[in-house]
Amino acid sequence: MPTKTKFEIKEGPATREAFGRALVELGRANKDIVVCDADLAKSTMTVYFQKEFPDRFISCGIAEANMVGIGAGLAYSGKIPFVSSFSAFVINKGYEQLRAAVAYPHANVKVVGTHSGISIGEDGPSQMSIEETSLACSLPGFVVMSPADEAAAKALVHAAAAHVGPVFIRTGRLKAPIIYGADQKFEIGKSIEVAEGKDVAIIANGLMVAQALLAADTLEGEGISARVIDMHTVKPLDRDAIRHAAETGAIVVAEEHLATAGMGVRVAQVVAETHPCVMEFVGIADTFAESGKPEELLEKYGLMAHNIVDAVRKVVARKR
Amino acid sequence: MPKSLDELQSLAKRIRREIIEMITDAGSGHPGGSLSAVELIVELYFDYMRIDPKNPKWPDRDRFILSKGHAAPVLYAVMAEAGYTPIDQLNTLRKLGSIYQGHPDVRFIPSLEASTGSLGEGLSLALGMGFAARMDASPTRIYCMLGDGEVQEGQIWEAAMAGAFHKLDNVVCIVDHNLIQLDGFVKDIMDIEPLADKWRAFGWHTIEVDGHEFPAIQDAYREAEATKGKPTCIVAHTIKGKGVSFMENNPKFHGTAPTPAEEQMALKELQ
Repeated sequence: MPTKTKFEIKEGPATREAFGRALVELGRANKDIVVCDADLAKSTMTVYFQKEFPDRFISCGIAEANMVGIGAGLAYSGKIPFVSSFSAFVINKGYEQLRAAVAYPHANVKVVGTHSGISIGEDGPSQMSIEETSLACSLPGFVVMSPADEAAAKALVHAAAAHVGPVFIRTGRLKAPIIYGADQKFEIGKSIEVAEGKDVAIIANGLMVAQALLAADTLEGEGISARVIDMHTVKPLDRDAIRHAAETGAIVVAEEHLATAGMGVRVAQVVAETHPCVMEFVGIADTFAESGKPEELLEKYGLMAHNIVDAVRKVVARKR
Repeated sequence: MPKSLDELQSLAKRIRREIIEMITDAGSGHPGGSLSAVELIVELYFDYMRIDPKNPKWPDRDRFILSKGHAAPVLYAVMAEAGYTPIDQLNTLRKLGSIYQGHPDVRFIPSLEASTGSLGEGLSLALGMGFAARMDASPTRIYCMLGDGEVQEGQIWEAAMAGAFHKLDNVVCIVDHNLIQLDGFVKDIMDIEPLADKWRAFGWHTIEVDGHEFPAIQDAYREAEATKGKPTCIVAHTIKGKGVSFMENNPKFHGTAPTPAEEQMALKELQ
């Protein structure tokens, strides 16, 4: 739904909240949906599913490796398990199990990490996941997604359940700015152009889609026409959309993730393979963050619209 | 397809010969921990488990997970003898393109219940299968074999805690307690004793048996099935390299293939 009306931040529910609600819908429609959680159900929002389907909710305690293994065993027996915890814990503590018990046999396990990125705020770096896009994308056969808002999260959780094979979904703690209307369609691997533009393309996902839209409005005032693409699926990437984006001659990638190891480097590979162009990357530098209010952290670590605007100015200058 | 004691013993001997031949042909592999597990696995596939090799995906079948995946040769020989996989290809073990991969791999043998090889993971998989069976009110029972060195992995104890807490009485954990791991004797690498007491403390019905005596093994599987409200752990006392004198209790043969001369000596002992 390309638009050039000015984007205004209007907060909707967090993507983790949308995940929790979508799980209940899935549970009602399919008795094979099973949910595993590691003592964070009230934070991951799998608590809604737990309340309605206690017999299909497995409390795993604070033991993520075993939880991922249980999910794999459920999948081998024909269930569709959703395994959930904070991203930082399920991906890091469960990584060997995601590799050997899920990816290797291509098991039908859905992993949903919540509290991704640094926008969880005050809890600090031990709880912040800034590397999971890279880790999840390194698991052969995994689909990896990072929805921007409630509508996207809900639709992509449903798409994950319908997809046969392992999926990782990255969701956030904060209320998510509303990007999409109720009629928006989502498809795994198919990006969405949320703003038209011809001078440069901003490829973003998660919370950074809203920042990219704000940036595009600022750039419009400077005479720079910026396309904004929501790359909600990081693997498999939408190669066609990236090639078309590269045809503008300049790309900026923006993500709430380590810039050296996330979506950006994967997009750059496709650009190099299809239509080389100049690129800039907005993301977290090679460092851990700290405690603080989410907005303070996003500002300090360079994840605001003005950071994207700066990157666009730079990339457009390099293009000329 | 229950078998008599004579039939089971002669099958066990044939499978030991096949293990020796496969690993010698491959030039690498793990004979010691394959030979120690023979009776425990033969009893499951030829006597105790409710399975149908002609219908390997029967939803209500019993399931076996070899968590100590390096003992793949014993599982391959048993499954081939049971009719799941071609017996005439056992000598392709570990060779490019073989279905008999170095460690069990469901991509090559779909009738395997799990790909294993990274130690510590099988019991969690068994619990997942146990939950699924319970949700479906299926009579399926799940057997998972661990090595004794393998219980050094922390994930085993996460699974032990969860299996008892969730009262998964359809899951049986079998520890092949042969006392030896790759670097030497378990007691010298990282002692795990008192092993049976540990399982009891974690809430498992725990049985100790001689892992080479079919009647004792049968009794243990029956006792496990009769035990309700908690999972069962069978600590099976076995001999690493069992059946081949120069391999028995010899850490060298944890992960070393016999030479062709050693193969001949071993096969003579296994007549």
